[in-house]
Amino acid sequence: MATTTTTVPSAGPVVGSRSFLSRLRDGDEIARMITFLFAASVVLVTLLLVFELWQGSVLPRHKFGFNFFRTSVWDPIFDQFGALPFIYGTLVTAGVSLLIAVPLGIGAAIFLAELAPARISDTLEFFIDLLAAVPSVIYGLLGVFVVVPLMRVYIQPALKSTLGFLPLFQGPAYGVGFLTAGIVLAIMVIPYIISVSREVLLSVPRDQREAALSLGSTRWESTWKVVVPFARGGIMGSIFLALARALGETMAVTMVIGNNPIVSASLFSPGYSIAAVIANELTEATSNLHYQALIELGLVLFILTFILNGLARLLIVATSQKGSGMGHA
Amino acid sequence: MKRISGLFLALLVLAVVVLADNALSITGAGATFPYPMYSKWFDEYHKKNSNLSINYQSIGSGGGIKQVTEGTVDFGASDGPMNDEQLKAYADKHGSGILHFPTVMGAVVPFYNIPGVTAELNFTPEALAGIYLGKITKWNDPAIAGANKGVSLPANDIVVVHRAEGSGTTFCWTDYLSKVSEEWKAKVGKGGSVNWPVGLGGKGSEGVTGTVKNTPNSIGYVELTYAESNKIPYGNVKNAAGVFVKASLSAVSAAAAGAAKDMPDDFRVSITDAPGKASYPISTFTWLLIPQKFTDTAKRDAIKGFVRWALADGQGYAESLSYAKLPKEVVAKELKAIDKIQ
Amino acid sequence: MNSRLRWRKFVSGFMLTMTGVCAMISVSVLFFILGYLLFHGGTSISWNFFTKLPAPVGETGGGMANAIVGSGKLLLLATLFGVPIGFFGAIYLAEFGGGPIAFVVRYAADLLNGVPSIVIGIFAYALAVLPFKHFSTLAGGFALGLMMIPITLRSTEEFLRAVPRALREGAMALGASKWKTIVSVIVPAAYRGILTAILLAFARVAGETAPLLFTAFGNRFWSPGLNQPTASLPAMIYNYAISPYDDWHRQAWAAGLVLLGLILVINILARGILSRGISVSRS
Repeated sequence: MATTTTTVPSAGPVVGSRSFLSRLRDGDEIARMITFLFAASVVLVTLLLVFELWQGSVLPRHKFGFNFFRTSVWDPIFDQFGALPFIYGTLVTAGVSLLIAVPLGIGAAIFLAELAPARISDTLEFFIDLLAAVPSVIYGLLGVFVVVPLMRVYIQPALKSTLGFLPLFQGPAYGVGFLTAGIVLAIMVIPYIISVSREVLLSVPRDQREAALSLGSTRWESTWKVVVPFARGGIMGSIFLALARALGETMAVTMVIGNNPIVSASLFSPGYSIAAVIANELTEATSNLHYQALIELGLVLFILTFILNGLARLLIVATSQKGSGMGHA
Repeated sequence: MKRISGLFLALLVLAVVVLADNALSITGAGATFPYPMYSKWFDEYHKKNSNLSINYQSIGSGGGIKQVTEGTVDFGASDGPMNDEQLKAYADKHGSGILHFPTVMGAVVPFYNIPGVTAELNFTPEALAGIYLGKITKWNDPAIAGANKGVSLPANDIVVVHRAEGSGTTFCWTDYLSKVSEEWKAKVGKGGSVNWPVGLGGKGSEGVTGTVKNTPNSIGYVELTYAESNKIPYGNVKNAAGVFVKASLSAVSAAAAGAAKDMPDDFRVSITDAPGKASYPISTFTWLLIPQKFTDTAKRDAIKGFVRWALADGQGYAESLSYAKLPKEVVAKELKAIDKIQ
Repeated sequence: MNSRLRWRKFVSGFMLTMTGVCAMISVSVLFFILGYLLFHGGTSISWNFFTKLPAPVGETGGGMANAIVGSGKLLLLATLFGVPIGFFGAIYLAEFGGGPIAFVVRYAADLLNGVPSIVIGIFAYALAVLPFKHFSTLAGGFALGLMMIPITLRSTEEFLRAVPRALREGAMALGASKWKTIVSVIVPAAYRGILTAILLAFARVAGETAPLLFTAFGNRFWSPGLNQPTASLPAMIYNYAISPYDDWHRQAWAAGLVLLGLILVINILARGILSRGISVSRS
């Protein structure tokens, strides 16, 4: 016989000490089931997404195998599809963006976490968060009308005349290209580096800094040689987050990258990225192979961002826990 | 507060859904080549039939073919006719065929943005093929300069611009280049989306025009109306008879003259590199791709009505937008073919 | 020794100033964007922009009325789809869940959050467009709603968890069932945080373009009901920005200003709600 519904208050949750029927009557079991369904649907839809990506790319996976990642020819007429130019473009633009965003971002995070008084730090952080909210297409808009002409008229010629001996800065100055896309991406990912790094730096225990300062180090030395290394994991995590964002960016990149699937050493060259080619070609890929090759590119992008996001989370959590003293006595 | 906002939300949803389907809405997609023409047509037609709106999205001919085959749009549009493989794919998927209806004709022009050069340049077929193959890299190359004595061309690098996505304009352009250059035919071939040896990709005719407009020393190919309405200089092309012809409506009509007489029943024909002294060599028809069988009779009748209008009153808008009217023989043939739409 | 110390102090001052410069640069980008949009967009905003439909190609005088309404419908659908899943899923995680199931759900949500928006677009195209054989506002709302789920889920869960045990136990001591406790005590206690989460998720998807390319597609006219393709602000900005027509460029600026203005206002509002005394303090 089920225990009756005497609601004896206990210190812990009541679930478990009453029968199924009585819980049902009170609506608890129904509530549990309903909310479980919603939670389960999240898992379901995610699984479905992965499944669709995998199933939807079966043709090129069987036809090209790993050669898909090694060949550069993307030819819808002859049904030859090689992903190399897109992977190259995605990685190069992301790399350029990090080269710019990481020093700027970490520098700004150090300032906000170590130097700025709390109110200024919070206010500036507020603005940085707003920067993160600006949609991609607006960055694209500014990219097309502000960055591209700037690059073509001033920056690319200047780079060419000073550093033109490097293969990186050769070739005509189109305005669009890898470098331009990298610069626009850099602006987009800086907020992620700043806000996560700032939080991680703030979580570094005071005694670390104070120990360094008491030993005679300057403010900068204690920051750079003690605090930052302590928060190193979390900062790396923020960089991975930024990288994941940069890899998946579509609109801003496709508006300024030049849309040319080639692998080129020059940063001035127009290029292509995975997200951009999917955006441009998905609605018109007539042959099944072409369509599925684009899906396979989507799968590649998904896996890349999945790994990076996972690593980022691990690093950030581990660093914060270290900082809050769980890691050591 | 929550209850009120919830109620408001529910009412809004209801309103949105209810204020719904009194109007008939038809969706089409495809070529950017005739987009200025079509957008004018659909706008005018909507003014005449206010409860019918034909929503046309210019995503490129490749997109038009693909989406009409998938069935996600009611009709497609392309300036590269569907090849046999694509026709078969459509028939396999739908169990019935798809029809081509030429709407207007147009010219694909080589347009350029060279600082200091406002003259109309003459382009030989060899020059155009060479530029797009990446073999001719500077504007003052003899292959270009030779045909343009008297124009001082700078020694700047040529920025080649092409389409980023599957395009009927590309089809026409590469069809022409394949006819005039063996090397192009072997290396690249003709199609809506090719493996370009060089160049920047612009999205749609609009994107190519924007890129050329903003990029000095660039050359691109686009339908005549885009170059004209944006006041970008375009060159004359040497035709099969050896004459440098400027793209114009009469030159396009001259190119279509032969085809008009021998128009096949399915209306799929290429008029590039056409014979005749006055013919412009890079001309093309542009087609609406209309399914043969419609399940929705309202949509079917609406589309048939539109096509009839386009072949009659609609032609009147063509010339002011730099498209050439269809030859009379073709129109007559099409009016008969409309009855094939079930 | 002294000169070495002077050098170290100099380096210290210099580097710290540089970090300040970095922060200034980063923040000033935001103001540059805002200012530029205000200038170019402000001069292009007109009555036509808000009330007229797009004009034929090359003609002036058109507007984005259908895109504004289209974006509104899309976002409404996204919210109706994504928020309940995120909200109720979070209730499960915070109140009923535990152990492996909760871990899997959280992991899936984080996974979904990290999916690039173009891949969400592919998924929505395959699921909500191809089988039904048309592009539609519903498909677009589905795609955007998917993107709202993880943000809503994780944030709501956090705020629910932050409700102090005392409140929960007090309710149970008075004889309320678990479900009643949730509805009348816990959720109201956390409602500010939850509202913030919803607003932030909303702002995030308001500017998304890529998923709409393959779902809502686009429309030059009004889109009746929910089953037709529809115009949207971000898609219009994209198409107009890469076109060669100056009038379209001006409209793109205006649309950019409207879109960014909306997003920033929502963000500021959300943070304002949160900071103005949440009913419970965050742990």
